[in-house]
Amino acid sequence: MSKKLPEVPAASLADIAFMLLIFFLVATQMNTDTGLERRLPQWVEETQENEQDVNERNVFVVLVNRNNDLLVQGQWSKVSDLREKAKEFMVNPNNDPALPEKEPKEIPFFGEVLVSKGVISLQNDRDTKYEMYIAVQSELVGAINDLRNDLAQSKFGRTYEKCSEEQQSALKEIYPSRISEAEPKRIGGEKL
Amino acid sequence: MSKFRKGGKKELPAISTASLPDVVFILLFFFMVVVQMREVSLMIKVKVPEAAEVNKLEKKSLVSVIHIGEPLKQYQTKFGTAPRIQLSDQFASISDISNFVIAEREAKDEAERPSMIFSLKIDESTKMGIVADVKTELRKAAALHISYSAKKKREN
Repeated sequence: MSKKLPEVPAASLADIAFMLLIFFLVATQMNTDTGLERRLPQWVEETQENEQDVNERNVFVVLVNRNNDLLVQGQWSKVSDLREKAKEFMVNPNNDPALPEKEPKEIPFFGEVLVSKGVISLQNDRDTKYEMYIAVQSELVGAINDLRNDLAQSKFGRTYEKCSEEQQSALKEIYPSRISEAEPKRIGGEKL
Repeated sequence: MSKFRKGGKKELPAISTASLPDVVFILLFFFMVVVQMREVSLMIKVKVPEAAEVNKLEKKSLVSVIHIGEPLKQYQTKFGTAPRIQLSDQFASISDISNFVIAEREAKDEAERPSMIFSLKIDESTKMGIVADVKTELRKAAALHISYSAKKKREN
């Protein structure tokens, strides 16, 4: 009885574990969700209509109809042109009286800066395609991001994302992201 | 010298692989813990649109997802082809959203609640009508921080 039982070979254990490992590697999807982050306005009761009296020159009107056509400031245009138009509106380089007013503001790092009072107003139809809506939103957000980036590049020598928090908030004050969305219109179409 | 060199043709001992399974198991456990399996089975078709400006949603635990899209083939006999809302695991109507928001909020830590994000995964061919209704419901439920799920557009 002195004869020992032979040991179970453990060489294949590694193979089994590897197979499990590879299964998990393949089955896993480490997809990070990406998206356009927005903040919705606070809900107010219908009764207190907040019709703010905004000067007409301060509003950049973007309309999308049910056929996914784009109307920017009363002119038919393409999505690809929207970014440049929005940028021009927000900057108003030549103090054009048709473009928004500016008011001086004290901002850290920059001192007194003329900040545009411009507001982007976006309205779409209930039958507008979501794809179109996102394309328009993306261009408008992109326009403001571009402006912030350019300013960050010239002032701090780095991109907006690499700036410190104080610098970012200063940039945000100079180019605020004021995109207001009107309730979509319902013109004909199905009733929900 | 020959005192130390015994035999002369002694072979190098093979490296022991006994610890290899342990190493692999540690890797395996790491992946099993890190991975979260697909939490919901989608009953609708969602192909999110592309956009030039997208952010990454960093904290997955703070994100709640609302899907909107056309029901899949096998559900179309029952639910039709019009875009529907799916909350967690079932079809829902507009009025269910406020309850969903409250339930999601209750499930989170109190400290985390202000930074919750609702991710709207909406099929690109959906009409804006239903999206606007969902947004109104979210505003009523004070869930104001949202994200329109979109893929990064490839530069051409």
